[in-house]
Formats: sequence, C-alpha cells, structure tokens
Amino acid sequence: MKSLKPSKRAIPFLTLALSLLIVVALGTTQALAAWKPTRPIEFVIMAGKGGGADRIARLMQKIVTQNKWSPQPLVPINKKGGSGAEAMLYLLSKKGNPHVILVTLNSFFTTPALRKLPVNYTKLTPVYRLAMDTFLLWVNTKSGIKNMDDFVKAVKAKKGKWTMGGTGKMQEDQLVTNMLMQAYGLKGMITYVPFRGGGTVAKNLAGGHVDSTVNNPSEGLPHYPGKMKPIAALTPERIPAFKDVPTFKELGQPQLVYFMQRSINAPGGIPKDALAWYTDLFNKLCNSKEWKDYTSSKALNRACLSGAPLGKFFADEDVKHKKLLMGMGLLKN
Amino acid sequence: MEILGNLFYGLGIALSPQNLLMALFGVVLGVAIGAMPGLGSVNGVAILLPITFAVPPTSAIIFLAAIYYGAMYGGAISSITLNIPGASTAVATTFDGYPLARKGKAADALVTAAVASFIGGTLSIVLFTFFAPPLAEFALRFGPPEEFAVVLLAYATFAGLGGESPLKTIIATMLGLLMSTVGTDIVSGSPRLIFGGITGFYHGINFLVLAIGIYGVGEIFYTLEEGFKTKERYQAKLGVQEIVSTLKNLTKCTPTIARGSLLGFFVGMLPAAGATPASFMSYSIAKRFAKNPEEFGKGALEGVAAPECANNAASTGSMLPMLTLGIPGSPTTAVMLGALFVWGLVPGPRLFVENAEFVWGLTGSLYIANTMAVIVAIFAVPIFIWMLRMPMTILAPIILVVCAVGGFSPTQDMFDVYLMFIFGAVGYIFRKLDYPLAPMVLALVLGGLTERTFRQSMIMSHGSPGIFFDFAGHPIAAALMMVSAVLFILPLIPMIFRFRVSRSGTSA
Repeated sequence: MKSLKPSKRAIPFLTLALSLLIVVALGTTQALAAWKPTRPIEFVIMAGKGGGADRIARLMQKIVTQNKWSPQPLVPINKKGGSGAEAMLYLLSKKGNPHVILVTLNSFFTTPALRKLPVNYTKLTPVYRLAMDTFLLWVNTKSGIKNMDDFVKAVKAKKGKWTMGGTGKMQEDQLVTNMLMQAYGLKGMITYVPFRGGGTVAKNLAGGHVDSTVNNPSEGLPHYPGKMKPIAALTPERIPAFKDVPTFKELGQPQLVYFMQRSINAPGGIPKDALAWYTDLFNKLCNSKEWKDYTSSKALNRACLSGAPLGKFFADEDVKHKKLLMGMGLLKN
Repeated sequence: MEILGNLFYGLGIALSPQNLLMALFGVVLGVAIGAMPGLGSVNGVAILLPITFAVPPTSAIIFLAAIYYGAMYGGAISSITLNIPGASTAVATTFDGYPLARKGKAADALVTAAVASFIGGTLSIVLFTFFAPPLAEFALRFGPPEEFAVVLLAYATFAGLGGESPLKTIIATMLGLLMSTVGTDIVSGSPRLIFGGITGFYHGINFLVLAIGIYGVGEIFYTLEEGFKTKERYQAKLGVQEIVSTLKNLTKCTPTIARGSLLGFFVGMLPAAGATPASFMSYSIAKRFAKNPEEFGKGALEGVAAPECANNAASTGSMLPMLTLGIPGSPTTAVMLGALFVWGLVPGPRLFVENAEFVWGLTGSLYIANTMAVIVAIFAVPIFIWMLRMPMTILAPIILVVCAVGGFSPTQDMFDVYLMFIFGAVGYIFRKLDYPLAPMVLALVLGGLTERTFRQSMIMSHGSPGIFFDFAGHPIAAALMMVSAVLFILPLIPMIFRFRVSRSGTSA
C-alpha cells in the first residue's frame, strides 16, 4: 500500500512531464518544418484603389488564390497616404512580423529620400521582383507629331507653354519628364501637370487637355491607336507590343532608360524560413502562365529576381533615384 | 436597330441561369453591404472581388455590377432608419429620410427610395444602352477646368440650402474644406497638416469617418439625452396597402425623379464627379423647383426621391467612362476597372467590338439587376421596420458597434475609429448650436477635387484664371461657370432685400 502512494502522487507529475515533452517535441518539429503563414497575410499597397500597383496586387491575389498556393488568404490593404510614406512607415512598425508584405512602386526610393523618413529599403526585407513596367512618350494623334524631331520643334514653338501630364509630383513621370528636358535641351519649356492616376493622365491627353504624357503602355492602350500616338520608348530594346516605336537609345540618347519596378518587400527581421516561403511563392507566381500572359499583353517586362541580386538592384536603383532628384535640385547631398 | 439586336443578345447572356444567379446573389449582398454603414460599394466590391476569380469575366462583372447596384439601394436604408449614411452617396438621403422615419413614415421613405432608385437606374441604363460611344466622346472633353466648373456648380446648387443662418453655413463649409486639406498634397506630394507626423493623418480625413461620426455617433449622443424611451415614431406598418398608397403619392415626385435621373447620369458619367455630388445636386435642385421648399429637411418625400434616383443613375453613368475610356467615374468603378485588367480585358472603344459578350452581357444584366434590386429592397423594408421597433437600449449599442466597423473599414486604421468618435461629439455640439452639418460633409467630399482641379487648371494656364472663362478654348467650362455664377447670385438677392428691409425696420 505504501509503495503505491508515491506512484499515485507521481501520476500528475508524469503527465505534466509527458505533456511538456510533447509540447517541446511539437515545437521542434514545427521549427524544423518549413514556415507557413498561420494568419491571413496583409498585402499592403502603397497606392490607392484602382491604380497600377493596386491592379498588380489584385492580379497576384487572383493567381495565388486560384492555384491554392497559400494556406492563408492574401488580403490587399491600400495605404496611399504621403506618396507611399504611410505604407512604408506601417511596415517599419511591423518589424519581425512575417504576415505583412508590401507591393512597391518607385516611390519606394523617392519618398523616403524626399521626406526624410525613418525608413527606406534597407530597413525592409527584399523578397522578390516580378516585373519592370516600361514608359513611352505619347502625344495626341491630332497634333500631327510623328517623331522626336517633330516633338522637339513643337515644344519649342509653344514657347514654354507645352504641358506634360503625369502621376503625382516628384514621382516616376516627373523624373522621366525631367530626363527628357535635359536630354533635348528643353529645360523650362515643359510645364508638368500632376494628376491622380495614370488612367486619368491618359484620358487628359486623349481629350486634348495636355500636350504629352509618359504613360505606361497599359495606360495608353485604351486610346491607342485612335487618340494617342507613342513617339519613343524609354527601354533598351523596342517593346514587342509597339514594334514600330523606336527607343531613345536608337535615337542617340542611351541615357533615357527608365523602368518602374514591381516588387515585394517584407518588414525587416522576419524569420529566414518565412522569407524562403515567400520567395518560393513569388517564384512560382512569376513563372506562372497567368503572369507571363499578363506581362506580355500589358507590355510589361517580366523580370523575376530575388535574393542577393535583388538587394543589389535596390541599392543601385536607390542611388540612381537620388541622383535624379539631385539633378532636379530637389535633394541636396 | 443594331443596338436593339445587341441588347437582346446581351439580355440572352444575362438570363442564363448562372448569370441570373450571380446577379441575384450580387444584389442581395449589395443591399446588405449598402445598408451596413461604412462598408459601402467600394469596399464591398473590393472585398468580394476574389469570389469572382472562379467564374468567367462576364459573370464576374455581372456580379460586381449587381453589388454596386444593390449597395445604392441599401445605402438609403440606414440613412432613413438610423440617420447613418451607409455610403457617401446616401448622405443627402438622410436630410429628409430620417425626419420621415421620426414621423413614423419610415416605410413610405424606404419605398420611395427604392422606387426612385429603380426609375433613376432604369432611365440611366437606357441612355447607357443607346448612347454609350458618343457619350464617351463627350466625357473626354472634360479636363481639369471643366471638372472644376462642375464642382463649383455643385457648390452653387447647394448654396442657400444651409440652415437659417448663412454665417453658420459658411463656417461649416469652411471647416469641411479645411479638413479636406489634411493628408497628402497632390501638387507637391508632401504631407500637410499631419500635426508633426501623426501617421493616421497621412491618408487624409476619410469622408465616411466624418459622416458616420457626426450623423451616426452624434445621433446616439442626442438620443442619450432624450432618454431611452421606445418612441411611438417607429409604429410604422407595411402592407400591400401602404405600398400602393406610397406609390400613389409618388406621382407628385415624377418631375423631381426625371430631373434627378438625367442629372445623375450626366454627372456620374464625368470622370471626376461620381454619384455623391450627383445626389447632393439633385437634392438641391429638387428643393429649388419644389412648391413646398419649406418642407425640405423636415420630411419631404421628394427630398428622398431626388438623391436616390440621382445616385443610382450616376452609378450606371460612371460605368460608361470605365468601359469606354478606361477611367473610373467613381471609386467603385476604379476597383472594377482593376478587375477588368485582372481578367485580361482592355477597356476602350475596341472592348465593344472585341468583347461584345462582356459589354452587352453587362448591359443586359443591368436591366435585370435593377429590377431584382427594387424587389429585394422593398421586401427588406419590413425587416428594417422591425429592427426600428427594438428598444433603444438594445439598438444603441448595436449602432455604435456598426459605426465603429464602418469607421474602421475604409482605411483599416484604428486611428480613424477614434477620430470618428471625436466627430460624434462635434456633431452633437454642432446640432446643439444649430450649425448645419450637410455643408461640412459636402465640403469634405468635394474639397479635394475642388483643390486638385483648380490647381491643375492654374498650372495648365500658367497662372491665369482666364482659363475658366475662355469661351473659345474651354466652352464647356465657361458655360458652367456662368450657370454657377447665376445660381450663387440668385439666393443673395432676396437676402440683401431682406437685410435692407430689416434695417429700415429697426431704424424706423
């Protein structure tokens, strides 16, 4: 009888020890197994609903959902404030949280530099680059402008009253406009008019309210070829969808090359396994038929990149954008 | 004739069992979403977009359009019953809808809203069917100066609609405009008035946060003061008889509805404006033309019919530039446009040729969805009347929760929920001091657009305000400016006259 007593007392201890063991064992197996999202993933978009970045994000959501690549849904959230500042500050506040990712524009480089934010690309984890959007110089078909020579003549003839429509201020479109003015000696002759989105910009050119734009191909397509005419492309090679349009490189201005990167970033300090999971996810996405179809139909460059080369790409782009901003006198050393 | 052929083709597509089901599903969800304050059609369409990934694009757009439509009907429901606009498009509906509900005529107001919506929607769809391509050409002629002129017209129609005191109206309007400047400056791209970097201010003050705050939360504060007694005002009935008598009463709203529908369609079609200014303009025009303007704001059926027919007409109108020009006429169509790209379709004139099934299927479904929506909305009326009969002790907490969800959902930021409660207190104080709330809301809705289009115009003209009065270069803008000028001056004449009379009265 006496011998039984201690064993009886031992039972709770044993159970406790066992359960502890199980917990530890489960914990280790979980740590050993690949990371998987356990909550819905916040898919932060640094622009408003319906814009270019928003469309791409929702397309990605569609491809991931349809192929059932993620056990948890991707939930798009628009944080458009301060030209992307709101979204980037949000990611900074989510340090170490692997359930938040950000889809970027080039304001990813310009906004932190211009606004002196406590966050820039180095404070985040680069995950994947999926595409590089291209730019074209467009005019209204009614203008009768056929090539770059006509364009330069027309701008000069307007004596400083030529207008260029674009999205936002000190963002991609204005940088391109400034590059153009420098290359062709048109400084001070083009007035830049900021609009809210690329679609609105294209509409204002089609309606004859501005004289030219540097829209992405997908934004110009609704009005092409009836109302809008592309003059030259800011790409190293001709864009397949616009085979007749020369590049600025062909026209003797090799420095006029500009892309808009579409990439995915996570907050800084996320677990390595989580980064691996996202890299794999977006690698699958970038190589999917749906993504290939979309990029070719919208004349985007599909450009899959991850890991260390992506980090280098970001660093190069950051330097390039700072130089552009300094060239415009918007940024000092 | 070709158009009729296309229309029948489209109706055929829309009547396929799958598409019919999608439309019904969309309408029911839409009415529910619209009735939920803060959810509104923009968020509804964005949230439910993933559901459409499983079906072909035609069924998907039918579903999304049905949600958009349903939400326009649903928006009126919470405006009328709770004084909380379900969406920005339904704010003007609260002006007379809620007073009617307080008088025990919630059912009349709800039925009027549904029927006016139906007529506005249908007229607009007919215009859409027959004139889409030429109207798209017309919309293209609207650049920044023209858009600014339209916005100014919206203010002009609304002037004189404030309360008794013009000074208080001006103060309320200015406060609204001031709030619209918080956030990111479109022209320089820098954040403004963010009070040293409060991140919640970066995206600006969302219109719904203000509207739900001052109307919804403010109403609760107001009711707190009155005490939680179940009031007789909610003893409304709804049977076949009531519906018939309401419909009979509606005949006197016919001119209002006709005007509002046309206005709504055209304003909705313009790229910048959308359904919200359309509903405000329709309301104020209805008041101007009314035989009984003094009843407006106190529970006039025309005051419910006017904004409701206009916002539905505008929602169809705003789909026109989306399909033909690839530019959204409203925030909701911006999301739908994104969906179009996701499905691999390119908007533009060619869409009508290359994807005829899509365009005409959608057009056909609009007729069907609209009919379904009016039936669903009328059948939903008894449910809401029943809800209103709940004692305030139960209803008030529910409303507060619904308000909080509504404040949170547009930006998904808790900051906005706190802001909304602050606005609730502001709304309560304003009402106590007899400040009109509507001009403040309107100014916040239109403020950003006003500033943006004005500054864009000034950049285009290199600083010359002449761009607005240039009959040769911008005839549409100039004509609209003239109309606005007349509308601004008209209410001043009796005011000056009255002022003189009262002065001579006191001196005598």
